[in-house]
Amino acid sequence: MDPIIEGIIRAIDLILTGDPEVLSIAALSLYVSVAGTLLACAWSIPVAVALALRSFHGRRIVKGLFNALIGVPTVALGLYLYLLLSRAGPLGYFQLLYTPYAIIIGQSVLVTPIVVSFATGALESVDSDLRTLARTLGASDIQTYQVVIREAFWGVVLAIVAAFNRAFAELGVAMMLGGNIRNLTRVLTTAISLETARGEIALSIALSFILLSIVMSLSVAINLARKSTR
Amino acid sequence: MTPYVETVDITKEYDSIRALDLVSVAAKPRRVTSIVGVNGSGKTTLLKILAGLDTPSSGKVLIQGHEANPSELRAHCTMVFQRSVMFGTTVQSNVTYGLRINKVSSQDAALRVKSALALVNLEGFEKRHARKLSSGEQQRVAMARALALERDVLLVDEPTANLDPANAMIIERAIKESAGSRTVLLSTHNLAQARRLSQHVIHLYRGRVVEEGEPSRFFANPSDERTKLFINGELQF
Repeated sequence: MDPIIEGIIRAIDLILTGDPEVLSIAALSLYVSVAGTLLACAWSIPVAVALALRSFHGRRIVKGLFNALIGVPTVALGLYLYLLLSRAGPLGYFQLLYTPYAIIIGQSVLVTPIVVSFATGALESVDSDLRTLARTLGASDIQTYQVVIREAFWGVVLAIVAAFNRAFAELGVAMMLGGNIRNLTRVLTTAISLETARGEIALSIALSFILLSIVMSLSVAINLARKSTR
Repeated sequence: MTPYVETVDITKEYDSIRALDLVSVAAKPRRVTSIVGVNGSGKTTLLKILAGLDTPSSGKVLIQGHEANPSELRAHCTMVFQRSVMFGTTVQSNVTYGLRINKVSSQDAALRVKSALALVNLEGFEKRHARKLSSGEQQRVAMARALALERDVLLVDEPTANLDPANAMIIERAIKESAGSRTVLLSTHNLAQARRLSQHVIHLYRGRVVEEGEPSRFFANPSDERTKLFINGELQF
């Protein structure tokens, strides 16, 4: 049978039968990617607000830097973070390497430029006259920012979704910081890589099918939510 | 009558361009003061300074004789722009926004919104999406939004520049009625409108006040040559 068709059939079978290992891999993937993305948002969205709405010296350079960092190779980032988190590294004391927390940290760093750049773009695209209007109606600086963020809401959501997708689908950071340890740090991408290397093409396709299904379902859900609010 | 709001020798420079040059104007309460002039004469810059949206390079703005900083000006004034900007919500939310952030009680806010919308003939539009309205209707929402705030000073910048006569008439009526309880400064290059609405007219040319006076005298017997040319439609920037 064609390995692709076999893979899809196996994926359906694995999902319908609730294969515990596949479910735990998918759940861990979701957990680390959601946590990594939310962690990144905690600092990236305030940075995006500052870049989009405040004027300060070096603003353009900072924006350019974040734009450039979007394309950073995950393996390179994984290597640097590995050196930081390894026992001999500056953060080795915390013994985070080869734990889900290491993957979360790595993914949050990886997606930071995506959230910052895309959210900044979304906030900058809001009509600047809206800020002026809010001020004429008595809004404070913070209330003016709230107006802009509300206007750019779906643009910011798309930035977060793009960041999640990047975190969910990346391999380098998860492999180098998580180590692909079964039942501990194995996520969908590292599992796909491993099964492919072992010649388990159908299982790899099944896992990739699950990965793609989650990414696409999220995109469809966000689009539906966006349309329903218009 | 003491002016409610006035500027004293205001200048405003952008890089090397002087948009306002020692401008001193005064607007009295319960009157419409029109600022007329060709495009680029500094009308909008002046209104933005009065609204606390911009700061003068030199000179000061007084409210009831006391110098006011931009934040104090924003507490006294509100502004309606030539291009109306709408929040991406309903008409009701647009008009309520300023009241909500200024902590007006919901009961009072409901009454103010109702009466402001009635003043611009927009009863029944509360649930409509503001950005889906025509430009004339949007400008009327902008006017209602400003009026509902009940600020002491209403600054109106070319409010009917892009409107059809029916919408323009509603806006003019709202300006006229609102002047009964506040100070109104209207920027316009529509001389007929300035004549219809105002009790005082100021001619701004290249950032300077070149003439001012009551409409009857200003339009019938201007003393400044540039004002004569402007009234005859022959003045260019």
